[in-house]
Amino acid sequence: MSLVIKGGHLIDPAHGVDGKKDLFVDDAGFVVGVGKAPAGFKARKTIEARGRIVCPGLVDLRARLREPGLEHKATIESEVHAAVAAGITTLCCPPDTYPVIDTPAMAQMIQSRAWRFELAFIHPLGALTQGLEGKRLTDMEALDEAGCVGFTNALAPITDTLVLRRAMEYAATLELTVFLHAEDPWLRNSGCVHEGESGTRLGLPGIPEAAETVAVARDLALIEQTGCRAHFCGLSSARAVAMVAEAQKQGLPVSADVTAHHLHLTEHDIGDFNTQCHVRPPLRGTHDRKGLRKALKTGVISAICSDHQPHEPDAKLAPFAQAEPGISGLETLLPLTLKLVNEKLLTLPEAIALLTHKPAEIIGVDTGHLGIGATADICIFDPDARWTLTEDKLVSRGHNTPFLGQEFRGRVTHTLIGGKLVFGLDTVD
Amino acid sequence: MKQSLQFDDAGRLRHLLTIEGLSRQTILEILDTAESFLSVGEREIKKIPLLRGKTVVNLFFESSTRTRTTFEIAAKRLSADVINLNVSASSTSKGETLLDTIRNLEAMHTDLFVVRHAESGAAHMIARHLPAHVHIINAGDGRHAHPTQGLLDVFTIRRYKGAFEKLKVAIVGDVLHSRVARSQIHALNALGVTELRVIAPKTLLPTAVEKLGVRPYTRMEEGLDGVDVVMMLRLQRERMQGALIPSEQEYFNLYGLTPAKLALTAKDAIVMHPGPMNRGLEIDSAVADGPQSVILPQVTYGIAVRMAVMALIMGGSAEPAGGRR
Repeated sequence: MSLVIKGGHLIDPAHGVDGKKDLFVDDAGFVVGVGKAPAGFKARKTIEARGRIVCPGLVDLRARLREPGLEHKATIESEVHAAVAAGITTLCCPPDTYPVIDTPAMAQMIQSRAWRFELAFIHPLGALTQGLEGKRLTDMEALDEAGCVGFTNALAPITDTLVLRRAMEYAATLELTVFLHAEDPWLRNSGCVHEGESGTRLGLPGIPEAAETVAVARDLALIEQTGCRAHFCGLSSARAVAMVAEAQKQGLPVSADVTAHHLHLTEHDIGDFNTQCHVRPPLRGTHDRKGLRKALKTGVISAICSDHQPHEPDAKLAPFAQAEPGISGLETLLPLTLKLVNEKLLTLPEAIALLTHKPAEIIGVDTGHLGIGATADICIFDPDARWTLTEDKLVSRGHNTPFLGQEFRGRVTHTLIGGKLVFGLDTVD
Repeated sequence: MKQSLQFDDAGRLRHLLTIEGLSRQTILEILDTAESFLSVGEREIKKIPLLRGKTVVNLFFESSTRTRTTFEIAAKRLSADVINLNVSASSTSKGETLLDTIRNLEAMHTDLFVVRHAESGAAHMIARHLPAHVHIINAGDGRHAHPTQGLLDVFTIRRYKGAFEKLKVAIVGDVLHSRVARSQIHALNALGVTELRVIAPKTLLPTAVEKLGVRPYTRMEEGLDGVDVVMMLRLQRERMQGALIPSEQEYFNLYGLTPAKLALTAKDAIVMHPGPMNRGLEIDSAVADGPQSVILPQVTYGIAVRMAVMALIMGGSAEPAGGRR
């Protein structure tokens, strides 16, 4: 249905748009006019966006939907509803499902299941090795054909450096991007928190910063040798980010993202064993948070992601180390990013860029912008709306978040996919 | 970082989960109460009716002889009914099972759980999920805390050394894995000792240990110089496997408390150990059984201190047990 979004403040960082402009979408769901309607355009529907920000639908590089395999935690259906309620229209799911996404059939199944709901677009990340076992390569070309936008061993980083080297060489052959979780398993050992002040106070086994920096150093050496395009997922320490910055300066094809929660929380938020703060990689020190924030500003980190990991309540009802790691993060992705704008770290266009066209570039998908001809995946939010996160407001099946009870400024009011309204706050509240 | 889980709304101690956050007055009240219970054990009839009709469950997910026994004796001397449950770790490897276990026992109208568990934070988690009228005493959770041990240690120090303000204390050994050390550190700092040192190789010292309010030493000779109290820690023999220390011999040579090393301390220094001791590994028998050792009195005092904690948190005291931090 042809559509005009009227009176809103349009921010489209990919095209340098930042101003009051109407947006026109045709029957087929494509953007046909920015600021002024094309000749003969007639809108059958109008969305009033006065006082709202209109921006591209958000792109989340890492969200676990738990299907297939862990449907007691969440399902594709439950989580795509949560995604659009959060303004997210595109998301990537890591391959550590059960079974693993290491065959084209699995990659296709996840996409076709997601598409039944006609909500968010889901792009799988394919497994870098079969079964994520770190031994044999997957059929990367076939997985790429089947829609995988990158390849990763997820939270089971390849330990055998020869296998990693070959995986990178092979990915480089096909010009595919490898997503890396920088974590040395021996240094991590049985750790569950940052090795620092809080871990020492609480008597919890720590994960040293070196678990990340040693892995980054190793990976960078192999990236340099193989010429593979690589993306570091969820960096947690200031030193690791500095190493990536140095590599970028030398011209290596590396990018990096950070989770929204690592930009706000530190090891001290664990308090007295708050299992909602048990995440992997762990929340690190104040100095690290500062380093991550600085890297956003300088562009070393080019995407903020939710690292959404919904859990059933029991998963967190355990002593800290035994509680399952992860935060249900889809619905705090935009609010936490807007907080960085309120805190004057980022401008609003910079913040939106980190959630839209920059992550889209990392996965090489034509989305995250609203130029003429772009698919009309759109997020509209009220930048001044104040609201408090409570369990009943969460659409995700996972209620595991340390941000419950926190007040946020800025709330999604409409989400459109291909010009179709898939979420409207007024119709939900 | 609120410690309010341990206190009720009136500021009375409701659980004892950790010494961190306890005020000096609260600790002193516990020690004074323990002092008054000390004589009970010397009487012909070793019982007072303070907790008659109350049910105490000793819930040990990790094996223990000394701690469990002293808790049992303490509860019985206060006339409580005591049940001992040793739950094997394998049947409760999942947290939900741990909570289920506790909820089942709570449904049997238990008044106090004394809990030991291999995971740091287990006692906090249980306290958070039980109704307010059920009390918890942490009898050791992972590497985190063993508050009654810390209290009995400072009780022992007070009996032998008097005022804390002029004391130099050294804690020696595997601080990294030790819940006892963490509780001792919080207690001694709250009581205001002059100087608190920890002595261990770097592999057994936690990162940022100085943030706990201690001065780290890696050479025992330097760390022991002039101290009034030496608190030895037990070294688990499995530490040799994790590449933390090379051998028992080397550890004993460097960090074992021998008469020669003890001679570096203040001349009337006392030697403590939470037990069970590894003779010839962390401590020489000549020291353990020597005139400066107060290791056996620690055990005796442990009963009085545990009686005091039980009596105070189960409403034996009408007064609020000191303010919050």
